[in-house]
Amino acid sequence: MLDVNALRNPRVMITLLLLIAAVLVPFFAGNFLVSFGSRIIIWTIAAISLNVILGYGGMVSFGHAAYLGIGGYAVGIMAHHGINSGFLQWPVAMLASALWALAVGALSMRTRGVYFIMITLAFAQLIYFVGVGLEAYGGDDGLTIYKRSEFAGILSLKNRATFYWTCFVLMLGVFYLCHRLVQSRFGMVLQGSKSNDLRMRALGFPTTRYRLTAFTLAGAMCGLAGALLANQTDFISPAMMHWTASGDLIVIVVLGGMGTLFGPLYGAIAFFVLEESLKPLIDWVRPGWGDYWRLLFGPLLVMVALYARGGLDSLFERAARPRHG
Amino acid sequence: MAEPLLAIDGLVKRFGGLIATDNLSLDVRTGEIHALIGPNGAGKTTLVAQLMGQLPSDAGRIVFDGNDITRLPTHRRVGAGLARSFQITSVLRDFTALDNVALAVQAHQGHSFRFWRPARHDSALRDPALVILEQLGLGARADTLAANLSYGEQRQLEIAMALAGDPRLLLLDEPMAGMGPDESARMVAFLQRLKGKRTILLIEHDMDAVFALADRITVLVYGRAIATGAPAEIRANPEVRKAYLGEEHADA
Amino acid sequence: MDPQLTLYLIQALNGLQLGLLMFLLAAGLTLTFGIMDLVNLAHGSLYMMGAYFAATFISLTDSFLLGALLALIASLVLGIAVEVIVMRRLYRRDHLDHVLATFGLILFFNELVRAFWGPAGLTIAVPSWLAHSVQLMPGVIYSAYRLAIIAVGLLVALFLAWLVTRTRTGMWIRAGASNRTMIGALGVNVQLLFTLVFGLGSVLAALAGLMAAPIVTVQIGMGDNILILAFVIIVIGGIGSIKGAFIAAMTVGMIDTFGRAFLPELLKLFLSNSAASTAAPALSSMMIYLLMAGILVWRPTGLFGARS
Repeated sequence: MLDVNALRNPRVMITLLLLIAAVLVPFFAGNFLVSFGSRIIIWTIAAISLNVILGYGGMVSFGHAAYLGIGGYAVGIMAHHGINSGFLQWPVAMLASALWALAVGALSMRTRGVYFIMITLAFAQLIYFVGVGLEAYGGDDGLTIYKRSEFAGILSLKNRATFYWTCFVLMLGVFYLCHRLVQSRFGMVLQGSKSNDLRMRALGFPTTRYRLTAFTLAGAMCGLAGALLANQTDFISPAMMHWTASGDLIVIVVLGGMGTLFGPLYGAIAFFVLEESLKPLIDWVRPGWGDYWRLLFGPLLVMVALYARGGLDSLFERAARPRHG
Repeated sequence: MAEPLLAIDGLVKRFGGLIATDNLSLDVRTGEIHALIGPNGAGKTTLVAQLMGQLPSDAGRIVFDGNDITRLPTHRRVGAGLARSFQITSVLRDFTALDNVALAVQAHQGHSFRFWRPARHDSALRDPALVILEQLGLGARADTLAANLSYGEQRQLEIAMALAGDPRLLLLDEPMAGMGPDESARMVAFLQRLKGKRTILLIEHDMDAVFALADRITVLVYGRAIATGAPAEIRANPEVRKAYLGEEHADA
Repeated sequence: MDPQLTLYLIQALNGLQLGLLMFLLAAGLTLTFGIMDLVNLAHGSLYMMGAYFAATFISLTDSFLLGALLALIASLVLGIAVEVIVMRRLYRRDHLDHVLATFGLILFFNELVRAFWGPAGLTIAVPSWLAHSVQLMPGVIYSAYRLAIIAVGLLVALFLAWLVTRTRTGMWIRAGASNRTMIGALGVNVQLLFTLVFGLGSVLAALAGLMAAPIVTVQIGMGDNILILAFVIIVIGGIGSIKGAFIAAMTVGMIDTFGRAFLPELLKLFLSNSAASTAAPALSSMMIYLLMAGILVWRPTGLFGARS
């Protein structure tokens, strides 16, 4: 299946090496790195889902963290009531997120541009305040999950490495799904609508229902990421669906390269590695200033917006292009 | 006489106080090239948008092949056999020429809720798309991004996309707009070859092209049809000469 | 006077005061949005910076008015600097670029505040000459400081109405909000107009921040949540419309205030006491977003929006 020539492409090489290294992480890395890796993988899944609608569909959803929260709360609330089976929790998490995405999408698709950005944000805020108001489940303070999702003894997510590999396999699955999805007829319509919606409609595509379907699928995908996140942190709180988390997701997608398959992975790695490494790096240059790493990270985002919209993916591609002269 | 393929009856479109389409009635017969001419602002492009369902009509009826389509959404009209090209080039710029036409083909093969098989390897889409590109002389440019095509090539791609669904009525909104004389001549030659095989409502400013191609001509002024007839009749019609052709000749 | 009526009156004043503060924040935002088509998430940062500048200058000068004036000047300079360094590079970009870049600015400003003023919040005392209550009517006693906020807010609203409807600059602003390319064709120095509008918006945001400071805590991120409310307001009102922003700000201010004041009582009919008092603020916040969603479904470009 794999084209041997493709290996000469640095993008493919980088991704393959990353993936191989990622599989091996639990063998050589300590607890911190394994948890760190799980976190990156979970956010990658969430970012892939956003990439489907933002990168391929051109829909700037500024409320994507809501689905992360709904997925997390589905797991947390069920665990709170003694329902610990992941076979039940995870599908419910995905279904609940998908339903909410369907509702939000159906209303938001009536608007365009800035209004679309704002209405998705408003609906996410709505869910955020629902979380704050859910006093039975901790309200503002959140809720501790005492038992991770159980899979009839097949998988023990309490084991750090097992949890990591579970996330990893799910990420690969979601990548493959996304790959098939965007290449399919459905994906062509989605991308066509991003490119020129008016023309797509004139061609005879009722584009709204395709966009809405993508929006709903993305919601379900992100709900899965939310279920994983709740298991990883053993905790849910409204903070996981704060609007800044939606902003973080956009940053990850753009940083990695919008509308590219592996962009979300590059973006999530870059985002979290920067977050963890800028601090010691600055401390090393100027002791005591490491805490203020966002003073660098903020302007970095401005730079990305201004000068590097292709993200890391296009950087790798440029490195891959044969030089002339 | 046979039923017309398209019958427009008393169609109206208002924008605030402005009347863009003013109680317009018009027939397009099967197999003819029916040209729609008129000065700028006569409401020609508005009419195309109304026919395609991209703009709702305020009054009147549009009957296509015996069915009232006045209230149908765009995609249902396309399904019934309408297709349009755009006066201002409107192609999918970051898709290849072949992808553009393949999408147009795809629009006519049922719903696109097909999530698994790669569309770019689907010969049911690619083969017909390639045939159409060849017809328009774009075969060699199939894998070029639409954004990188020359202006004239993009205009041809416009037509290719409109043709892809094998439409029963083709609405061409100024296909020659902005083209050089050579490119225009080639486009006229291409449309000449469609004559008799396809039903076309042609909007065009280039009078030589219109008189060379059209079986019948309707003259539109301020959203109202002031005359319909064979090219010779239109040429002779004093009202038309006054309202439109005269103005054109005065310019020249 | 009927105590129930007194309560309503005081809540109405609170709602008016909150609405006016949010109008100050939303006015600048809706102008930059309408004229430059710029999604500026960092607008809330200027609100925060206004409050921090005020805290510093007031303690330095020992005068509320002088400190506030200096804070406004500092915010104007800061706003213009942000426009010149970052924003003017963004106008021609798409909204996603705006979101990304101004999100970065929020992180930057929040961190800047933490580095300079420390992570703990600050307080600004109500100036002594306003630290009393006024009897408006028999039984209706209201804080003089809050009355002052209402007065300033109304004055600014009148000033903006005059600026936008009666002056040449205002004509350009209105023209720009409905048709950007036109003002360039009129021979207006568009770049300068943009800088001025952005500076004005920054000062208004800072004014809102520093006036709110004695009522709320001056803290990092104080602008972030109110910014979202300001966005809700301009979307409800219609982007680019000062009138729309005013009406929406008043509505949101009233809903929020009355929701917080009366929902707990209402909810206690169905819920336990403690559940009602935690659920009520969340519910009144939710009502605002529901209102926005409802309005957008009804009118996809807001109440007074000219274009999508």
